Amino acid sequence: MSKFFCIVAAAAALAASLFGSPAFAATEITFYYPIAVGGPITKIVDSYAAAFQKQHPDIVVKPVYTGSYQDSLVKAMTAAKAGNAPDVAVLLSTDMFTLIDNDLIEPIDTITTSAADKAWLTSFYPAFMLNSQSGGHAWGVPFQRSTIVQYWNKDAFKAAGLDPDKSPATWDDMVAFGKKLTKRDAAGQVSQWGLEIPSSGFPYWLFQALATQNDAILANESGTKVDYNGARVVEAAQFFADLGQKYEVMPKGIIDWGTTPKDFFEGKTAIMWTTTGNLTNVRQNAKFAFGVAPMPSKLRGGSPTGGGNIYIFKNNDKAKEAAALEFARFLTTPNMAADWGIATGYVATRPDAWDTEAMKKYAADFPAALVARDQLKDAVAELSTHDNQRVTKALNDALQAALTGTKPAKAALDDAQAEANRILHPYQN
Amino acid sequence: MTPKQKQTASCTRIRTENRAGGQRPDSAGAQRAMRNRQLNLQLQGWLLLLPAVVLLATFTHVPAVSTIIDSLFSTPRGRRPAAFSELDQYRTMLADPIFWRALDNNLLYALITVPIAISLALVMALCVNGRIKGRAALRLAFFTPTILPMVAAANIWLFFYTPDYGLIDQVGRLFGFGAINWLGNTSTALPALMAVTVWKEAGFFMIFFLAALQQVSPDLYEAARMENASRWQIFSRITWPLVMPTTLFVAVNALINAFRIVDQVIAMTGGGPDNATTLLLFYIYQVAFSFWDTGYAAALSTVLLTVLGVVSLAQFFLLDRRIHYR
Repeated sequence: MSKFFCIVAAAAALAASLFGSPAFAATEITFYYPIAVGGPITKIVDSYAAAFQKQHPDIVVKPVYTGSYQDSLVKAMTAAKAGNAPDVAVLLSTDMFTLIDNDLIEPIDTITTSAADKAWLTSFYPAFMLNSQSGGHAWGVPFQRSTIVQYWNKDAFKAAGLDPDKSPATWDDMVAFGKKLTKRDAAGQVSQWGLEIPSSGFPYWLFQALATQNDAILANESGTKVDYNGARVVEAAQFFADLGQKYEVMPKGIIDWGTTPKDFFEGKTAIMWTTTGNLTNVRQNAKFAFGVAPMPSKLRGGSPTGGGNIYIFKNNDKAKEAAALEFARFLTTPNMAADWGIATGYVATRPDAWDTEAMKKYAADFPAALVARDQLKDAVAELSTHDNQRVTKALNDALQAALTGTKPAKAALDDAQAEANRILHPYQN
Repeated sequence: MTPKQKQTASCTRIRTENRAGGQRPDSAGAQRAMRNRQLNLQLQGWLLLLPAVVLLATFTHVPAVSTIIDSLFSTPRGRRPAAFSELDQYRTMLADPIFWRALDNNLLYALITVPIAISLALVMALCVNGRIKGRAALRLAFFTPTILPMVAAANIWLFFYTPDYGLIDQVGRLFGFGAINWLGNTSTALPALMAVTVWKEAGFFMIFFLAALQQVSPDLYEAARMENASRWQIFSRITWPLVMPTTLFVAVNALINAFRIVDQVIAMTGGGPDNATTLLLFYIYQVAFSFWDTGYAAALSTVLLTVLGVVSLAQFFLLDRRIHYR
C-alpha cells in the first residue's frame, strides 16, 4: 500500500512540475530555428538560450528546431494560422515579403523604443540590411548570413600549368582557365572539369551572382517588379549556359547543389561556386591545397547575400514582443555574432564582431574566412519579391531550361518575365 | 457469397427466428417486441460501424468535401479574407502550363511504371514460387526495397545516379559508356525516377502474387500435365486467369500509388529540371506550402481526387467482367 502512495505522490509531484506555473511571472517565448549547415547546431542554440536566461531570469526561451528553411517557414505559417505563432524565428531573409503579406511579423523599429535600440539596428553590414528593409521599416535583423565564393584546387591549377595562387578574376579567365583545367581522355571522356556552378533547386541564387557581375539588378527594392529579360540578364544567362554547351568547361545539364562539394573533394572539378557556409566543410575534407576567392567580375564584381534573418512575430501580448526583441538583441551582440560565425562558417553580421578577440584569433589562423566579409562591399540583396517562391520559381525554370538546352536563354527568360508580371500584377498598384 | 447475398441470408434467418419464437405474429405486444428486437439489431450494427465511420469521416470524407468547397473560394491573405470566386481557380488551372505538364508527367508515369511493376512482380513471384535453391533468400531480396523508407531509398538512388562516380556510371564505364547526368537532363530525369518506383513497388506486389499463386489448386496443374499442355498454355489458361483478381487489386493500388508519388521527387529532383519531374501531388505540395496559394491547391486536389475516383471506378467496371471468381 505504501508503495502505491509513493507512486501517486511521485506522479503528483511530476505533474505539478510539468504543469504548475513558477512562483514568479516569467514571460515565455518560443524560438523557431532551421539548420542549413553541418555541425552540432542544436547544442549551440540551446546553450545560447541558457546563457540568455542566466542574464534574464524573467524570460524563458523555448528553442524549437524546425528543419530546413522551407520546413521552418511552413511550420511558422501553419502555427500562425492556428493562432499559435512562434514569438521569434530565424527564417530566410527572402521570406520577408511573404511574412509581411500574411500580416505575421512586426517591424522591429516599431517595437524598439530606446536610442540604444535604434543604434543597434544600424550596427549591421549595410549589404545584409538590404534584404531586411521595406517600406521604410526594418522587418528583420541579420543572423546567419552568407555570400557565394569560389573555391579552387591549387594542386589542379599547378598540374594544368596555371599559377596556383591566382583564381579567375574575370569571365574571360573562367573560360581560359577552365579550358586548361578540363582534362579529356582519348575517347573524349572528361575526368576533370574546369568549373562547376550548381543549378539544382535554387539556380537563381548562383545566377544572380553572374547577373550582378554583368551589372544587372533582378528586382526592385519594394519587391513588386522584376527584370528577368533585360539585355544584360539574358547575356549572363547565355554565358551560364555557354560554360557547358559552348566552351565545354562545365558539365552539361543540371549540376546538383549537394554533390558539388563532393565533386570538388574528388577532384572531379577544379573550381566550384558555393556558399561561404561550406567553408568549414571544405577545410575538413579537401585533401589538397585549396584557395577561397571572391567572385570574378565582368562589368563589376559581386555576389548576392543569402541566409537567414531573425523575425519578431506579431503578438497582442506586448511583453512577449519586448522579450523577443531582448532575445534578438542578445543573439546579435558582437561577441555572439563572432561566436556563431566561427562555429558555423556564416559571415559575422556586424563590423565590430570582427574586432573581438575570438574572431581576430580565428581569422589569423584561417584567413580564408575573411574573403566573404571583404566581398560584402560588392554584395547585393538576394532576389526577393512579393509571392517570392512563385516569382523565383519562374526564373529557376527558365534557367534550367536554358542550361539543359530545351529553350534558348532569351526565349526562356521572356517566358519567365511574363509569368512574373502576371504574379506580381496585384502588388503593383 | 457476395455481401448482398449475405445480407439477404441473415435477414431471412432473423425472420425465421422471430417466427420460430413461438409467439403469434398477430399479437400487438409481439409485434412491438419484434420491432424492438429489429431496432436493437440495427442499432447494434450501427454501433459496430461507428468507429470506422467516425475515422473515415474525420480523416477522409470531411476533408475531401471541405477541399472541394475551398476550391470555390479565393486564397485568404493577411487581412484579405477568402471570397467566393466560383470556378476562377479552375480557370487558372486550365491556363497553367505547369499543371498540364504535371498531369502529362503523371499520366506517363502511371502508364509506364504500373505495367512494368506488375509484370516484374508476377515474374518474380513465379520465380520464387517454384522449388529452387535459396528460395527464402531470394524472396527476402525481392522484398527488401519495400521495407526501406522511401526517402532513404531515394538518397541511395541519388548516389547511383551521380554523374561520373555514381554506381550506374561506374558500371557503365566498364562497358565503354560515358558519364551521363541522369537527373540533370530533361529527357532522362523522369525515366530515372520511374526506375526507382518500379524497383520499390515490384517487390511489394510480388508478395500478393505469391499468395495468389499458392492458392491455385495443384490439381489443375496436374490435369494440365496429363494433357501435355505447354508451359505457356499452363500460364495463360490456368495461372493468369486465377491470379486475375490479385492483378486487379494490385493494378488499382499501383495506379493510385502512381498519383500519390511525392517523396522521391522532393528528395531527388525538387521537380526539376524545368518541371521535367513535377508530378501532380508534388505540384499541389508546392502550391500549398511554398506558394501558400491554398485555394488553388484545393482546386488541384479536387482534380486529383476526381482522377483517382474515375480511375478506380473504370478499373472495377471494365476489368470486373474478365475476372474469374471462385
